[in-house]
Amino acid sequence: MTAALEAKNIIFGYGEKKVLKNVSFSVAEKDFTGIIGPNGSGKSTLLKILSRSLQPGSGSVLFNGKDIFKLDTKLVASKIAIVPQEELSIFPFTVFETVLMGRAPYISRFSWESREDISIAESAMKLADVKHLRDRNLDELSGGERQRVLIARALAQMPKILLLDEPTSHLDINHQFDILELIRKLNENAGITVLMVSHDINIAAKYCKELVMLKDGKIFKHGPSCEVITKEIIKQVYGVDVRLVKFPGAKTPAVLI
Amino acid sequence: MKARVIKYISLGLVFMLGCAAAGIFIGSVGLPAKDVFNIFLSKVPLLGGHIPHTWQSGVEDILLKLRLPRVILGLFVGASLAVAGAVFQGLLRNPLAEPYLLGISSGAALGTALVVLLNIPFYLLFIPSIPLAAFCGGLVSMFLVYALARTKGKLPVQTLLLSGVVINFSFSAIIMLFITVSNKGLAEITFWMLGSLNNANFALLPYIIGGCTLIMGIIYLFANDLNVISMGEETAVYLGVAAEKVKKLMFVLTSLLTGLAVSVSGLIGFVGLIVPHIARLIAGPDHRVLLPFAALLGAGFLVLADVLCRTLFSPVEIPIGVVTAILGGPFFLYLLKRKK
Ligand SMILES: Nc1ncnc2c1ncn2[C@@H]1O[C@H](COP(=O)(O)OP(=O)(O)OP(=O)(O)O)[C@@H](O)[C@H]1O
Ligand SMILES: [Mg+2]
Repeated sequence: MTAALEAKNIIFGYGEKKVLKNVSFSVAEKDFTGIIGPNGSGKSTLLKILSRSLQPGSGSVLFNGKDIFKLDTKLVASKIAIVPQEELSIFPFTVFETVLMGRAPYISRFSWESREDISIAESAMKLADVKHLRDRNLDELSGGERQRVLIARALAQMPKILLLDEPTSHLDINHQFDILELIRKLNENAGITVLMVSHDINIAAKYCKELVMLKDGKIFKHGPSCEVITKEIIKQVYGVDVRLVKFPGAKTPAVLI
Repeated sequence: MKARVIKYISLGLVFMLGCAAAGIFIGSVGLPAKDVFNIFLSKVPLLGGHIPHTWQSGVEDILLKLRLPRVILGLFVGASLAVAGAVFQGLLRNPLAEPYLLGISSGAALGTALVVLLNIPFYLLFIPSIPLAAFCGGLVSMFLVYALARTKGKLPVQTLLLSGVVINFSFSAIIMLFITVSNKGLAEITFWMLGSLNNANFALLPYIIGGCTLIMGIIYLFANDLNVISMGEETAVYLGVAAEKVKKLMFVLTSLLTGLAVSVSGLIGFVGLIVPHIARLIAGPDHRVLLPFAALLGAGFLVLADVLCRTLFSPVEIPIGVVTAILGGPFFLYLLKRKK
């Protein structure tokens, strides 16, 4: 099976500070992979490189085997959607206008959005539960509401691959559940490949089939969730002793402090 | 969406036409509406011949040689400055950006002043030299401000405005120097420093009309891209907009637009600041609506300001930059305060 997205020998630093030290891994098509690791281990940086918003110092990112930085940018945007951790605009765009921008990769310079574009944006808003916010301004929303709008915009892109940075960090438990279930359904039913950064080990373990554990800008362990979430690995990466509890029916154990 | 565009364009058109009518009728000499109407009709091909020549020839001269060109000039200068301001604000995601405050206008003015003072011929290789020099001047100061303000790959608001002010001061000083050394009168200085539609070289009018229309048309093709870029540079990447390329093109086009406006009107500040803001308040931030709406508002606004200049202290004419600055200064301070 070909890798949908592959990071090859990524080295990156902000100026002198080395953040990613030779990171290589790949995500198979239709996979649901999580990137976890301690604060400052380079998760967001890695996701930004995979999203093309940062250029790696060396190494490459491949989408279906082709260098993502050399592909047509509109084409990539119609295949890969990104939900950033936070995004602020100084201009008062409405929720609907923002979500509709997810259709930008499909709309030519010489035309307006079609009826289809609008209905896709509408159903994306429904899926992310922001339909009732349709005509509100983005800067008047709560953090969690804004996060769901960004998810809706990504859905409107109708991507093959979805990259998310802490998509549930601002969400209450109810919306956490809804959004994670939504992502799971998109993965299982629609076959969308998902790569999600999370600092919540339990959420990552519950939803991701594969996990990439980062430590100090290197991959400490990459494998099926149950192989990554172990007492020893957590002790080595986070330096804390934890208890693992396996609930009946769960594939991976829950981590308790 | 299309309905919104049509709605706001109609609204803007009504405002603009109203202002244009004010610009034509109001002045030291009143023009009878009936005469104005008949003179226009007589210029219509085919129909024109049947209109009885009932007006005095003085009226026709004032209308066609003074008022009308001046109003048309005002419309295009106002539209250009407003569009340039709206584009800068969107690209830089900074509500305080506009061609005058960024120093682009003073670069263009310096270019124009050089051509006039050095008596460079009207045409250089078939290109009218004044707009060309204004464009080059605007582009140079754009690059200077950009280079000065850029720190660690970012464009912080404070340094951007500061660089704009610095460039503005330096270029204005150089213009003053040239004008003083070349023994030109005070009127010339006032024209360049504070702007006026009075001294305009009407021979440039066709180039201004053609050039501004073309450039604004091209800019409009990028309205969708501007929307995405105004959400943030990263967002632009995520949504497949080649932000760097679009930005460069837009900087060149807006410098050209500013250059064209400045070459016939001198330095008119704050239009590019006030108008896009008001347009955004009324029509929202979507550039597909905002750009045409701001253009129409700006066109009307400048003609209205020009009417004030001509009539407030008649027969003395005040520079139009004085009027726009008196209106724009407090507005700028308000925005600056609100941002903090
Ligand atoms: N723009 C930046 N400039 C300089 N250093 C940065 C920048 N962004 C991040 N860093 C540094 O790079 C390292 C990795 O940051 P990154 O944001 O990738 O971590 P993370 O794993 O996402 O952490 P968290 O769990 O806190 O979100 C950190 O040490 C951080 O201080
Ligand atoms: Mg992070």
